Amino acid sequence: MNMNTVPGFKEILPLAETEYQAMIRQFAVKSAELTTRFFHLFGIEETIRTLKTLALQEKWKSLASHHTNLTHSLVDTLNLPALWTDSGYSTEEMERVDASVTLCDALVAQTGSLFINSRTCGGRALSILPPHHIVIATPEQLLPDLPTAFQYMQDKYKDDYPSMMSLVTGPSRTGDIERILVLGAHGPRKLTVILIEKPN
Amino acid sequence: MNNNAQKFQEDAARVCADSTHRRIIGTALDKYAQGRDKKIAEFQDWEQARESAARIKQEGLDDLEPLLRTLTKKLTRRGTHVYRAPTGADACRIVLNILKQNGAKTMVKSKSMASEEIHLNEALEKEGYRSIESDLGEYIVQLREEPPYHIVFPAMHLTRHQISDLFRDKLGSEPTENPEELTMIARKNLRKEYVQADVGFTGANFAVAETGMISITENEGNSRLSASLPKIMITLIGIEKIVPRMQDLSLLLPMLATVGAAQSITCYNTLYGGPRQPDECDGPEEYHVILLDNGRSRLAKDNTFREILRCIRCGSCINVCPIYGNVGGHAYNATYPGPIGSVLMPRLFDLQSYKHLSFACSLCGACRDMCPVKIDLPLLLLKNREDASTTQPKFFEKLAFKAMSLLFNKPLFWKWGKRMGWIGQKFHPLIEGSVVDPAQCWTATRKAPKLKWKSFKDLWKKHSQ
Amino acid sequence: MKITLFAPCFIDAMFPDVAMNAVKIFESLGHQVDAPEEVACCGQPAFNTGYWDEARNVASKVVERLCDVEALVLPSGSCTAMIHKFYPELFKGHSLEQKANRLAAHTWEFSDFLVSRLGVTDLGASFPARVTFHDGCHGLRELGIHDQPRALLSHVRGLTLVEMEKVQCCGFGGTFSAKFPSISSSMGESKVAMIMKTGAEYVVSNDSSCLMHIQGVADKQRKLIKSIHLIDLLVRHE
Repeated sequence: MNMNTVPGFKEILPLAETEYQAMIRQFAVKSAELTTRFFHLFGIEETIRTLKTLALQEKWKSLASHHTNLTHSLVDTLNLPALWTDSGYSTEEMERVDASVTLCDALVAQTGSLFINSRTCGGRALSILPPHHIVIATPEQLLPDLPTAFQYMQDKYKDDYPSMMSLVTGPSRTGDIERILVLGAHGPRKLTVILIEKPN
Repeated sequence: MNNNAQKFQEDAARVCADSTHRRIIGTALDKYAQGRDKKIAEFQDWEQARESAARIKQEGLDDLEPLLRTLTKKLTRRGTHVYRAPTGADACRIVLNILKQNGAKTMVKSKSMASEEIHLNEALEKEGYRSIESDLGEYIVQLREEPPYHIVFPAMHLTRHQISDLFRDKLGSEPTENPEELTMIARKNLRKEYVQADVGFTGANFAVAETGMISITENEGNSRLSASLPKIMITLIGIEKIVPRMQDLSLLLPMLATVGAAQSITCYNTLYGGPRQPDECDGPEEYHVILLDNGRSRLAKDNTFREILRCIRCGSCINVCPIYGNVGGHAYNATYPGPIGSVLMPRLFDLQSYKHLSFACSLCGACRDMCPVKIDLPLLLLKNREDASTTQPKFFEKLAFKAMSLLFNKPLFWKWGKRMGWIGQKFHPLIEGSVVDPAQCWTATRKAPKLKWKSFKDLWKKHSQ
Repeated sequence: MKITLFAPCFIDAMFPDVAMNAVKIFESLGHQVDAPEEVACCGQPAFNTGYWDEARNVASKVVERLCDVEALVLPSGSCTAMIHKFYPELFKGHSLEQKANRLAAHTWEFSDFLVSRLGVTDLGASFPARVTFHDGCHGLRELGIHDQPRALLSHVRGLTLVEMEKVQCCGFGGTFSAKFPSISSSMGESKVAMIMKTGAEYVVSNDSSCLMHIQGVADKQRKLIKSIHLIDLLVRHE
């Protein structure tokens, strides 16, 4: 992807790191501010262990996800009833799950955001209905800033876009009562992002 | 003074005298201001950001019809039904038709100021449809049966106690002072609405011509839910919301969040291009996008006022307006309050009903300095005033200004006018502040300044001899 | 140089000392001052109320008489803004457009002229008191006047300057104060409260109209605040 095609907003917007380790640090800092839990893990095994810990801590009884090799390699090991959205699902059943696991298009270090879409991330409701949304990402998906991220989505999909693409930044929130921040207004109350490096 | 203007004076005076009310909104606005300034400071070049944002929105206006055609073509290609509604009534009719044709009964709504503008909820209720607001602030004011207080924070004027009482009375919930618990009560009650609603209705913040998409900004997730579960999705968007390119959003979205909500970027910024596609597992079967005109294309051709259409509805002008801070949102009795409303209401609707809003401004300029798309709001207010005084002049006012120009232009008149004023001033204390005092508009609440016997012109004459 | 001083209508009639002190300051710096008799008002009241024909009627006199002066100085931010910023708008497409633009380019507010044009910040004044400065909105936002008055105040011996917690309109707004008195006074009360919070004895400004309004509200409320125009302060030697 040609970074030179992205125009001058980069000099105007808040500073964004471009070096990989610095981007990871920036994403981690932004996540902490947003109350997004960010895990930078090495390999599938470590990821499985982390998910199992989460499942225990939060007492998950069931979860939801969408069919990909990566999601299966994680969700199957949890030995919990799983709702797979790909062939359709009942909203009542989706309402009862404790967490959802999805892939994403990209992570954005500048803001601690991520892009998801309705075609390759399990549909529209999977990432917004369950109370805890877990996002799985890989290193090449980490992008420095918003201009790059929007350009990336345009280059990736060209004219064949999914019907919905969402830039998600943190768990759902509201400030409508006395401008006091409350998490989990209608969307997920918890957002977890797991960036999986290939093990050394 | 027409009825609207009279009511505004009364409501404004009432809120000005209500120190509790003013304290509540003052605290909310101060809190917001601190956060906003911090976020602005994070930009590497905020002034350049404003320049660029103004340029992008202006481009959208300069190329309005071609861009709307591109948007429509691209949306339609993906199965979206696109409508152009010339008036608010047309837009309501389109929504009603969609509901009727699909045998729909309930509609779950996410935030849309355009829908307030066209009084959509009233139109639906009249035909027996249920329309439920899902944005927490809008939900609260809907339960209270009052209009939104602010275009971004609809329930800004309420305390948690008032909201607790409201939920207890209308929802039968346990009273609580905890904002989190109050939010969870609303979340629980609204949950079933999403799941059961036949139609999901949204507003929108931008429309991207290049890719044929509608962009919706929110924090709560209620708009995304309205766009995911119901079988039918409808979006109402003003035509002036169009921007040329997808890249433009990478600047406009963080700017909107920064000044609108004191955030780097809001929680969900979602792009919708069509209904559920064949390779997708959920989503609405039908997507309808209603492009609302309601006077906008007329304004876009008006060389004097067209820049008002750059507005991205961030609310930041409202937040810095000292008049808004003193009279509150409801006193305006208008869909759009504050500086933006004071310019827009007389131009979108009618001058006679709303011109008083353009006069209810001290021209301090704080709004212009804050506007992320550099709209010269004070100048537009002055131009509204010029329009009002030219087309609907007040007889005695016009006469007074004609008399004043005579006074100012003839040195002898000015000299003797001052002398007479000084003499009349001697008797003024007898009636100062009372109903027969011609200067009562000043003296009711302020001590009057004194004319001096020797004016500067007198002193200068002596000095320069 | 030859400085033309224009004392706007309310300063001429109600605060003549402010304009006279401006004359004294310029003369003490060795400049020649002129104050033409024929001009009395910049036309802002009619302009702000939307009666632009009537405003032009008054403003034309100002333009005709003053368009060729070397420097026009006014002891008021709002009247300076009227000429500098709004005359070009008012005379757009009018026969006096060129002259109006020429005049606008040579028009200055007093403190801006002293500091930015003449490079003077110390007038040898002394005024031992705790003061706060109120920025008139037109001066601040139309003309960018903020540092200039503060530069002048910083050289006044014995003076302590305390800033208010935030910048906010006092609520005068010209005809706004008469058309919407409840809102105007409410804003004035907020301003008075902000001033009291600073513990200042005096509120200083470069705009008499603001001070007239603030003092009017304070007096009615029986709050012990004194107001003084920047120019009046700069000639004090206490």
